[in-house]
Amino acid sequence: MTSSAPALAKGEAKSELNDSLDTGAKKVFCVPEHTVEIIANSGEGAQKCGQIFGSVSAKMGNGVWTVEIIPAEIEPPPRHVTSTSGNLIRFGTEQITNWGDRTKLAVAFNEQVLLSRHRLDSLDDECIILVEDMWENHDDENIRKEWATAMEEMSSANYRIVKVPIEEESLKIVDNPHHGKNMFALGMLAEVYQRDLDLIKKQIANIFRRKPAKVTELNIALVELGIQWARENLDFQFDVPAKVHEEARVVMNGNQATALGAIAAGMEFCAMYPITPATSVSHELCDIIESYGGMVHQAEDEIAAAGVAIGASYAGKVALTVTSGPGMALKTEFMALAVMTEMPLVLVDVQRGGPSTGLPTKVEQSDLLAALYGQHGDAPRVVMAPATIEDCFQSMITARRIAETFRTLVIVLTDANLATGVQQFPRPQLDERWQEAPLDLSAVPEGTLPYDWDHSTGLSRRIIPGQANGQYTVTGLAHDEFSKVSYEPESNELGCNMRSRKLAVFQSTLKPPTVVGDEEGDLLIVGWGSTRGAIEEAVGRARADKLKVSSCHLTFMSPLEPGLKEIFSRFKRVMTVEINYSDRLGDPYITAENRRLGQMCWLLRAHTLVDIDCWTRVPGQPLRPGDIHNAIVSHLENGAAS
Amino acid sequence: MSVSMPSFLNCISDDDFAHYEVDDYQKCVAKWCSGCGDFGALNATKRLLAKEQLQPENTVFVSGIGCSSRFPHYVNSYGFHGIHGRALPIATGVKLTRPELDVFVVMGDGDCCSIGTAHWIHAIRYNMDMTVLLLDNNIYGLTKKQTSPTTPIGFSTNTMPRGSYLPPLNPLTATLGVSNASFVAQTADWIPAHMYATLQAAYEHKGFSFVRILQRCPKFTPDVFTDAVKNPDNNELLVHENGIDAPGLEKLFKNRIIHDPKDLDGGRHYAEVENRVRLGLFYRNGELPCYEDTREVVSVTAAEKIQKINTEFDRYAV
Repeated sequence: MTSSAPALAKGEAKSELNDSLDTGAKKVFCVPEHTVEIIANSGEGAQKCGQIFGSVSAKMGNGVWTVEIIPAEIEPPPRHVTSTSGNLIRFGTEQITNWGDRTKLAVAFNEQVLLSRHRLDSLDDECIILVEDMWENHDDENIRKEWATAMEEMSSANYRIVKVPIEEESLKIVDNPHHGKNMFALGMLAEVYQRDLDLIKKQIANIFRRKPAKVTELNIALVELGIQWARENLDFQFDVPAKVHEEARVVMNGNQATALGAIAAGMEFCAMYPITPATSVSHELCDIIESYGGMVHQAEDEIAAAGVAIGASYAGKVALTVTSGPGMALKTEFMALAVMTEMPLVLVDVQRGGPSTGLPTKVEQSDLLAALYGQHGDAPRVVMAPATIEDCFQSMITARRIAETFRTLVIVLTDANLATGVQQFPRPQLDERWQEAPLDLSAVPEGTLPYDWDHSTGLSRRIIPGQANGQYTVTGLAHDEFSKVSYEPESNELGCNMRSRKLAVFQSTLKPPTVVGDEEGDLLIVGWGSTRGAIEEAVGRARADKLKVSSCHLTFMSPLEPGLKEIFSRFKRVMTVEINYSDRLGDPYITAENRRLGQMCWLLRAHTLVDIDCWTRVPGQPLRPGDIHNAIVSHLENGAAS
Repeated sequence: MSVSMPSFLNCISDDDFAHYEVDDYQKCVAKWCSGCGDFGALNATKRLLAKEQLQPENTVFVSGIGCSSRFPHYVNSYGFHGIHGRALPIATGVKLTRPELDVFVVMGDGDCCSIGTAHWIHAIRYNMDMTVLLLDNNIYGLTKKQTSPTTPIGFSTNTMPRGSYLPPLNPLTATLGVSNASFVAQTADWIPAHMYATLQAAYEHKGFSFVRILQRCPKFTPDVFTDAVKNPDNNELLVHENGIDAPGLEKLFKNRIIHDPKDLDGGRHYAEVENRVRLGLFYRNGELPCYEDTREVVSVTAAEKIQKINTEFDRYAV
């Protein structure tokens, strides 16, 4: 199954592609989309290569979705299956909404990182693989053995393996191959996919703009060498046509979108503590927020970050705190205080795999119930989940508005998939009104109550220090309209009632969610958060096969959007698709009664009394549309997804 | 900042020039046990507010949870009665974003030195300009007599009925050991004049003014300071021309140590517990940077912000 470079693999050719590769003639395949990944030891720059490739593709007008492949450690041992670091880029003519199914072309700096991807079933059975050839005949016998064993293990697939002297070539330009192979690889990919070299050069120049000009020159020389090598040695190219977009567009990842959204929303204060995968939101903010008159405060711990944000909000600022699951767990007492004191606060939880330290760099949607119910006592709050990178931006504007209008805690649940996924979207139109301060310091009329609840809506006026006549003491204790500590039964009932009523009032402003596909049918798939693209792609495939499937994606989890029960009633079955744990029917001891369900599934069952099923997985990676499609087919055939 | 000084000045009203008497700072009647040391601290604080003519609307008292943390409910100002151990993060958020406000923090020994220790240590480092009162009665009062970090060794409580196992934590030496400590003083509820003078000095200091107030809990630790309360000779005052000035004490309190508050080593030495209770100013350094000054923000208009975000978008433009 392998062949030496430059000739391409000769194997059991099954596809047109494979046939043509055997002919030796340069052939250009026009495809609507392709998925490429570049993988290496951590520290070899594969991510940078992938980021540039993805960004250039987006700038050329392709729809793009990229996923970071990251080990948990900063510098894990080289040439090891646990050290795989890199980037996966799915790009196409149309908008790409998820990472798709499997990789069609991979560049690997060694066979071990390749093997890790093989074991994860990440590579298409007929994936073209451009792999560093120096290990096959390496001086070290162990390495030679590792190569042979890995190749043997991978021989079960029909990969087309092309061995490339990546390091040998790179050494023509640089002394240290660890700083250069990635650019050579980028050059190969640029040739294979006919990427715009000028855009690549600009991107490189931008990345190394703070370094001596020589660095940019060397990197570009490596790219050009990669292009030349691919031109002379590879006999295939792919054409993924790009579309010309009339409107201006931007390309960024979800954490960047969240950070820019926060600034566009007028958020002037972010308190945080470092935690993966949320930290890069604050990196973005730290970089620029001071020039907007705001600041990021890195607190001594997660708890303090929440407290400082609440203090800032109390002082009249638009405050934000950003964290991930374990951090949100630490903040819970303060979150309940924000609810009790009706302090506007936006908390972004970039979800990762749990419980405990779990999978710090990997995606999961397991914080939903914690976000909804993770407080002591009854602590109603708004919980929402962006589904796309663009949503990450817009959510921040929405979240601020809700937090202030309803004097409430708003939790925005993004996840590791959105955090690092890169996508292009229409350049947001900004509004100066978003920058307005919540309040000025005008005196309030004498006798103004700090909780002058409108008894029908629960809404009340916010007062901040500096406003004369407004002096009151906020307390986390049960309190009356005067913010006086009160243990009276009626007073506590009223406070609980008012805090809860606000959610119902907010819900009355929401529209029922859109059903994608027919308004009725055999199966409705319900999702939330970052799975939207994969779910809709899977449902689209099922519908193309004439299956009566539709989908519906929820943005708000608390309060839930209205009309769900009515929508569900139009489908014979309803099933959630989520990246969190659920027991599988058929497993030992698992019965329909004791089965633990996906988190949204629990919520919707309780809310609608509809017998909703779920199909959930916790692979530490985004769901694939192909797997969701299989679950849909299986559910329709068996009455349950397997 | 959205609330810039010009808009603040625009809303100056006649009230800003009103005169406040001590009683004007009284909100509602304090509900501490009779004989509680918290009353003394509250009275001294209200005197200070009147002396300084602090505007109630521009003054914020932040507290945690515990008997002493009810303090903000009893002061006519803005107040934030937070959660256990977390007064300092809330106060940090207030002061950092509204440095023009006068911020006071009131904590008990469990609040500050046990559940809130991390925040205490870091707040010292931030050195924000706030007056911080540790009302230390050596016990958890509100939850009814559990051992606190400052409970004397051997002292019997409901959680350590055979006596506290560990030597008490010394809040003074702990504070003096942290980088950026800028004001550390100790006073006691049995010498009101000293307490008032100490609060005055703390308020005047620009930085994190940490004042430990030794006080008796009439229910659970009525006798922990009896030696010092009953016999002035068991007290020792740190005095200096640049120290805390409490006139009239020299007749009664004859044990005096001349200690220059600039002398950190000396301050640390005197902060160690010995036979007598030492009261006074252990250390003061008004030259250390305050975090809110270091982090001062510029004023940017909405239009400028929109322009900047658009420039930012250009970096991400397709």
